[in-house]
Amino acid sequence: MTAVSLSGVSVAYDGLPVLRGVSTRVGPGDWLALIGPNGAGKTTLLRAVAGLLPHRGRVALGDVDVSAAPRRRLARLVAYVPQRPTLPEAMTVADYVLLGRTPYVPYLGTETRRDRRIVAEVLDRLDLGPLRDRPLGSLSGGEAQRAVLGRALAQRAPVLLLDEPTAALDVGHQQQVLELVDALRTEGGLTVLSAMHDLTLAGQFADRLLLLVGGRAVAEGPAAVVLTEGAIREHYGARVRILQDARGGVVVVPHREPPTRAEEAGA
Amino acid sequence: MTHPRAAEEVRPSRLGPGPLLAALAALGGAALAGILVGPVALRPGAVIAELVDRLPIVDVRSGLSERQAAILWELRVPRVVLAGLVGAMLASAGAAYQGVFRNPLADPYLLGVAAGAGLGATVAVAYLPPGAGWPLDPLPVAAFLGAVVGVGATYALGRSRTRTRSTATLILAGVAVASFLTAAQTYVQQRNADTLREVYAWILGALGTAGWREVELILPYVGASALALLLHRRLLDVMSLGDEEAESLGLRAARVRLVVVGAATLGTAAAVATSGLIGFVGIIVPHAVRLTLGPSYRRILPLSVVLGAAFLILADLLARTAQAPAEVPIGVITALCGAPFFLLVLRRTRRLA
Repeated sequence: MTAVSLSGVSVAYDGLPVLRGVSTRVGPGDWLALIGPNGAGKTTLLRAVAGLLPHRGRVALGDVDVSAAPRRRLARLVAYVPQRPTLPEAMTVADYVLLGRTPYVPYLGTETRRDRRIVAEVLDRLDLGPLRDRPLGSLSGGEAQRAVLGRALAQRAPVLLLDEPTAALDVGHQQQVLELVDALRTEGGLTVLSAMHDLTLAGQFADRLLLLVGGRAVAEGPAAVVLTEGAIREHYGARVRILQDARGGVVVVPHREPPTRAEEAGA
Repeated sequence: MTHPRAAEEVRPSRLGPGPLLAALAALGGAALAGILVGPVALRPGAVIAELVDRLPIVDVRSGLSERQAAILWELRVPRVVLAGLVGAMLASAGAAYQGVFRNPLADPYLLGVAAGAGLGATVAVAYLPPGAGWPLDPLPVAAFLGAVVGVGATYALGRSRTRTRSTATLILAGVAVASFLTAAQTYVQQRNADTLREVYAWILGALGTAGWREVELILPYVGASALALLLHRRLLDVMSLGDEEAESLGLRAARVRLVVVGAATLGTAAAVATSGLIGFVGIIVPHAVRLTLGPSYRRILPLSVVLGAAFLILADLLARTAQAPAEVPIGVITALCGAPFFLLVLRRTRRLA
């Protein structure tokens, strides 16, 4: 039983390949983190899974082929949070989260009591109750990210796609948001795919990491397997040390050689 | 999920009875003023009695003479009704364009819709003989085709290379398209000097020839178009998230845009075909609503219909009384109010550009 499966998925923009034959499977309730340098195809992969991009190969959510399913059906199966969501600044938090019920509202219809109750539950769960009448433009980064998560949760979709969910947040809010996603995953059996820049956080929260480089999947597995000093030097061009925390978790620390005399002289 | 307290239901921003009643009262007041004020004085009491008399069953003696009753029913009332229909259409079309293009400065006049309709109507007046047994009146059809060309060209040209449309590029494209279409229209006019006067009066926007015939001509188009736009009010809120996010919520963004632009353009073309080019209504009215009641199209669209009608009835009243007995073109009045308002909106949204 898989929640998300990709087999040989390729995407090209204007004939330029961005994703080349990526295959993977994610079980229900699992968290897969997509890592890789800028331009590796992480966002493209998420958009393909959301059914927002024409692609070759097959993407399936459960047993539903993403390319063949109608948009509304898809929106009930997968919720997508882009890296920079559009937040109409004067729209209230409650109205924004209600938009997440769109896949259940008839084309020209209006929300039912059930939709409004689900939104109320979501607001409650994310502690957005006190903010429900606030305009989005007045929220802090962490609050805004919770509002966006709220909109995605209101879709009641079993698969949640997050593109750099913590990119704009400070370290405290990064942890809060990821803990929240993890709690929701455990409570609701959500399957999570997230693109992440912070390798340490990716290793701490996800069950498995998928390393994308130049549109190809080059490594996949638990953090301890994927995050090696050699792989990060090769694919990110970065010098790092891999440490272990007390509980065996992987910590990726940027490393800087003390500058040599010649470099100091500007040679 | 288990929670200690039952979640309180969430109500979406929707149009409450208060603002709607206030808007309807404003429309009623504007309509009454439009009917009462004119070169021939009609006693308000008598006019109201005459209006009430037209209600079914009710039978009241108004005391108006036959001539006064004719002025009321053949001149004042159709003119007010026509101004109301045109205003409602231009305002709701403006709101709809702003929604689907996600651009606060979109307006039928600025997007080249009105200029395109103008060219189409001019071509129809100049080259298509009237009463030649057309199955449909050719004027609104030609105006509609011109309007579609106008908005299509603006949208295509306003698309920048990065596939995002900024406020600035869309409006600049609209200005260029409108100038081109207006030039083409002037050329057609000059070659057909016999119809020049007719077309020229029309361009400046005029409700002076308004009668029941014009009302009948545009009512089906305006009615259908406004109804279609009203039905899309919730979807316009979804569209405010941008195409990709709207798609990820299960909407076919391109299809919604096509339907909404089609409806707004059809209604605008019909309005422009009878009333001429009246600018800025589509900016002033929706923005006034937006500034007071927030960004939800569930409020903006219905109130734009009502207040657009009220606004244009008052503008028309001003147009025919400011220099009585001469008439100032109504387009001049709306531009005088609208241009400063446009600058205000531009200043507020500059960071979006």
